[in-house]
Amino acid sequence: MLSQDALQKIDREIAKYPADQKQSAVMAALAIAQMEQGWLSTGVMEEVARYLGMAPAAVYEVASFYNMYDLAPVGKYKITVCTNLPCALSGGVHAADYLKQKLGIGFNETTADGRFTLKEGECMGACGDAPVLLVNNVRMCSFMQPEKIDALLGECA
Amino acid sequence: MDTLGFILDAEQGERGWRLAEYVQRGGYAALKKIISEKIPPENIVAELKQSALRGRGGAGFPTGLKWSFMPRQFSGAKYVVCNSDEGEPGTFKDRDILRWNPHMVIEGMIIAGYAMGCQRGYNYIHGEIWEIYKRFEEALEEARAAKLLGERILDSDFSFDLYAHHGYGAYICGEETALLESIEGKKGQPRYKPPFPASVGLYGKPTTINNTETFASVPYIINEGGDKFLQLGKPNNGGTKLFSVSGHVNRPGNFEVPMGTPFKDLLAMAGGMRGGRKLKAVIPGGSSAPVLPADVIMECTLDYDSIAKAGSMLGSGAVIVMDETTCMVKALERLSYFYFEESCGQCTPCREGTGWLYRVVHRIEHGAGRPEDLDLLNSVTDNIMGRTICALGDAASMPVKSFIKHFGAEFEYHIQNGKCLVPEDAQRAGSGFFKVA
Amino acid sequence: MLEIEIDGRKTEVADGSTVMDAACKLGIFIPHFCYHKKLSIAANCRMCLVEVEKAPKPLPACATPVTNGMKVFTHSKTAVKAQKGVMEFLLINHPLDCPICDQGGECQLQDLSVGYGQGASRYQEEKRVVTNKNLGPLIATDMTRCIHCTRCVRFTQEIAGWMELGQAFRGEHAEIMPFIEKTVDSELSGNIIDLCPVGALTSKPFRFAARTWELSRRKSISPHDGLGANMIVQVKYDRVFRVLPLENEDINECWLSDKDRFSYEALNAQGDDGRLTKPMLKQCGEWREVDWQTALEFIGTDLKRVAREHGAAAIGALASPHSTLEELYLLQKLVRGIGSGNVDSRLRQTDFSLDGKQVTPWLGLPVAEIPALDRVLVVGSFLRKDHPLLAQRLRQAAKKTTRVSLLHVADDDSLIRLDAKSIVAPSALTAELAGVVKAAAEAKGVAVDAALAGIQPSAAARAMGESLASGEKTAIFLGNFAQQHAQAATLHALAQKLADITGARFGYLGEAANSVGAGVAKATPDAAGLNAARMLAEPRKAYFVLHAEPELDCANPAQALAALRGADLVVAMTPFRTRAVDYAHVILPVAPFTETSGTFINTEGRVQSFNAVVKPLGETRPAWKVLRVLGNLLELPGFDHDSSEAVRAEALGGKPASVAEQLNNRADGVAINLTATTPALQRIADVPIYFADPLARRAASLRQTRDALPPAARMNAATLAKLGLAPGAQVKVSLGGTATLPVELDAGVPDGCVRVAAGHELTSGLGPMQGELTVERA
Repeated sequence: MLSQDALQKIDREIAKYPADQKQSAVMAALAIAQMEQGWLSTGVMEEVARYLGMAPAAVYEVASFYNMYDLAPVGKYKITVCTNLPCALSGGVHAADYLKQKLGIGFNETTADGRFTLKEGECMGACGDAPVLLVNNVRMCSFMQPEKIDALLGECA
Repeated sequence: MDTLGFILDAEQGERGWRLAEYVQRGGYAALKKIISEKIPPENIVAELKQSALRGRGGAGFPTGLKWSFMPRQFSGAKYVVCNSDEGEPGTFKDRDILRWNPHMVIEGMIIAGYAMGCQRGYNYIHGEIWEIYKRFEEALEEARAAKLLGERILDSDFSFDLYAHHGYGAYICGEETALLESIEGKKGQPRYKPPFPASVGLYGKPTTINNTETFASVPYIINEGGDKFLQLGKPNNGGTKLFSVSGHVNRPGNFEVPMGTPFKDLLAMAGGMRGGRKLKAVIPGGSSAPVLPADVIMECTLDYDSIAKAGSMLGSGAVIVMDETTCMVKALERLSYFYFEESCGQCTPCREGTGWLYRVVHRIEHGAGRPEDLDLLNSVTDNIMGRTICALGDAASMPVKSFIKHFGAEFEYHIQNGKCLVPEDAQRAGSGFFKVA
Repeated sequence: MLEIEIDGRKTEVADGSTVMDAACKLGIFIPHFCYHKKLSIAANCRMCLVEVEKAPKPLPACATPVTNGMKVFTHSKTAVKAQKGVMEFLLINHPLDCPICDQGGECQLQDLSVGYGQGASRYQEEKRVVTNKNLGPLIATDMTRCIHCTRCVRFTQEIAGWMELGQAFRGEHAEIMPFIEKTVDSELSGNIIDLCPVGALTSKPFRFAARTWELSRRKSISPHDGLGANMIVQVKYDRVFRVLPLENEDINECWLSDKDRFSYEALNAQGDDGRLTKPMLKQCGEWREVDWQTALEFIGTDLKRVAREHGAAAIGALASPHSTLEELYLLQKLVRGIGSGNVDSRLRQTDFSLDGKQVTPWLGLPVAEIPALDRVLVVGSFLRKDHPLLAQRLRQAAKKTTRVSLLHVADDDSLIRLDAKSIVAPSALTAELAGVVKAAAEAKGVAVDAALAGIQPSAAARAMGESLASGEKTAIFLGNFAQQHAQAATLHALAQKLADITGARFGYLGEAANSVGAGVAKATPDAAGLNAARMLAEPRKAYFVLHAEPELDCANPAQALAALRGADLVVAMTPFRTRAVDYAHVILPVAPFTETSGTFINTEGRVQSFNAVVKPLGETRPAWKVLRVLGNLLELPGFDHDSSEAVRAEALGGKPASVAEQLNNRADGVAINLTATTPALQRIADVPIYFADPLARRAASLRQTRDALPPAARMNAATLAKLGLAPGAQVKVSLGGTATLPVELDAGVPDGCVRVAAGHELTSGLGPMQGELTVERA
């Protein structure tokens, strides 16, 4: 069940759209739900569907289409590394390899202690800052040379 | 106002993004002028046409003309939408515009609302730049509090409200009709056109969609006049343009230069080639634009016409620079993977074809290429291009075609020898990813 | 009008037409998969790419609007190259295993690949594999075969009204699927099997049973709801294997409800409630199979005895309104020939006070005219489940200009965009409708009857009244619940008044395939006869029961069963083994609709005759023949018909093209009685879609659907709280009998009401479908 706080946040999003277009808030509602619950379980998606008056199948279309939604549990810190061409030219792939080696996991895997999940991301619109990675969908980290990766991992308790 | 940096400082230093700082730089003067002088909407559209401002999102469609498509007499709701869903590999200008100058975009959108009789606008912001989305929401609150947005703007009869909508990881939403679908709370699958958004757009209502940089250019044009903007660039290619330079350069970043600036100059501004290595190829307009070999690009100027003549596209102004350490097969493999991953799955040629392209390029890169593969790749791209609902099919095909065209020998080497022409350690050296010893 | 030339042939089409529309008009076939005339345009398969003069690239015919003077080439080099290119893409991930695919022989991909495919595949990479989904008991999946045309998705969204399927994930990973772990539960779901152009969605009951080319196609008419959907029945070895829609734009369009489509399984049902194949006679308390001669002679002799000993009025006949016109006509002729007037097919009706007023209820207008209405009020109807395809018509109409309102007793989602809605307890239904009448009268500035003087319209009634009053082409429809209501005549009188005030058409949503036909066949009592309810309340000595299961099909099952058990002679004529073994004396195996010729008159008064599609099973005989022979045995005059056509001609009074003149909804001088008592707790009885008639009840796959879940005692939270009950508790429900049921929370049930379904074995111990009931913990 979503908290009152989450529902209030969703209400704020609903208010952005015309009164008969509540469905427009579904992306934000799912993001809010995921931030609170860690991932999008069946129950959470059904709750969002009910709240917005949508068919659950329509909510699932959205949740499965946009790749920042997590349809399975992830670690406390989800690190998404961009390995696209512009980033790769400046070490994106090497940064990902470095993370794999340090964390002992591959893409789409979670460390045994449940702290880290590693994901391969597509273009984040920050190619000039390569290597770039995103923590928990909200924090973008730029120029992630090995030292900065070390520091980041150290910070993530 | 600095002609070489009216959107971003040439030096890219952190610039105050808050309302007070924007106003101090002369911000919202254009809006105030329009409101106080009661400038007729059609004059604004005329000024834009005069400026020769062309859409900065990639297609380069004349903005004034686009605005004139909106049905003026339509009485119901009309929308103005900003496309800040910047996810084309190589493009990262909108993020900086919204980071350092969100109010300039807001002002441009309010003016657009005024000029086209829209009551409401949305800015669709790429999901991965969450901090920027949050900042934009703060900027909107500032504008609302200052009566620059909302009911009766600056106590005039003009009302307009603006909201931010975030994406959540789908490149295709940068396509304008997919973006509209996404705002409507659906998966971002592009619509078949016609009808175009100007007649059937958001919630089925007339809608105009422009890129972030396009809106950001509007206040300048109103303040200084369309002529002055035009003169910043060259005929038919008005204004300055932001170029996002990434890849093997010393100082990647955004550079705001006049349209028509020689590529050589831009490369110099970006600090030249990393490690002084030799330029091999450049993708001049984002990953969807055909790649150009060093000798061709070095002769180009940066404007829509010159790049088109050279066989590529200025696109969004995303310049991906590759030096001699680049394996072109690996580079293409990564791009093909991107389009395979980002195809929305709606129409057959793209859904099926992008996977086919990726798998064949992947095979070549991994030493399992076959002699007939290059012909096959060309044939598959022929069957995708021009057959899809949106431009993603073409976008996925053009890199394949152009990489094979200009660097076919490197592909053939891969197929024949099962390995790369450029040694692995050289590629790694090129990336500049090192742990300081 | 716009002029267009396709492949050198010119035509004119209306503004807004597409190239595909124009090609269809010219009879030019353009290959396609995603396009479907009843669904929104998706333009996603790209198979219909054609060359258009001056266009730089091929354009999809389905989505390209015609412009004046346009020239299109569907088979030019450019067009064919594009079409072949698309076909190659469609096939690269499609399994090329037609011999083991159930769609083989009726697959659009297979058919078109003959013309547009290549001999060998250039695709040498790994193929996509997609896991199958469980869509429920009716639809089988082979999702690897899916070509993502999204017809099924659009069908659930647009036609069925609720998006039960979606295209999840994206790109090559896209999968058509319901929400996680959900099934497709729509009452129209089977249509996605027809829509699927490949073998991704196939019929589960029909799966691997036969190849399509081995089956004969025979036309028939649905024997279920009042719509009379046109069907193709596919047969092999005198057995029905499958039912498909026969397109008729005026009736069912290209759709069938799941009940129409899958109930055929009952025709082949075996076992305790399966098909009966021999006449049965109870002698000395034992059931024995006998020959027809013995059975019929026994009936003849015993009927004569009953008539002699108790008078002819001691004989009654109860017929299902799902019987054919011919059967109903001969049944009433037989009963009247014996000298009794006791014959009726309105088994669930309780208020007969309109009898004698020459009412033969019908829809009041052709079905095809529904979309042209601008206002519609439906009163007392479980619309979606009682009339799946009529509800679909209203759903589509409501998306355009028709404003639909609903006055009912349960808030089931109609999946229709409603203009106004009022959900009240059954006892408040008349007063609420009176409120609508009053509000409409006020809106129209017309005086109202004294009977309505004290009525204060509720806000919802006012909205409905004003909605109707504001329309130009309006209609009011009384549903099954209104027809079964204890004050049906008052509802009729109010609806008629409302129609008079607003200029609306007024009619009934016919409950059964032949509800109208029963009236035309005069299978209703005249002044001298007893109606169905009185025949059971005042038990007869002898009963004919035709196609009905009175313990499930009558308004008061407990009373019906008691009356039948007490009779000297009960003749059950049925295709199935039923509970008649408990109370009958003779059981005659008569033909279901597939084994006899006959006629149904649908709710709009359309006479639809059909032929037998297979031979009668075992010793089954068509009921009309059985009744004719009985007439002969009883030496009654006028039983010499040599064909069902002859019976039909007599029933219709010649061979009229239409029975419109015999239909009438108007009844004048009907008292409006608004004095209703509100019991402490009252029953709402729906007849669940798959328990509405003997055929549907026996369809094995339909019985596994969610719509066939066992009945419960459904109440809203307030009623639950008042009774101190929690969902899941077992309760004993009493109303003229008892039933033990689990309690279920249902927010759509009005206060003070308990919804307990009728028509089901588990609730057949109960008495009336409406009235005061008590609930206690079991």
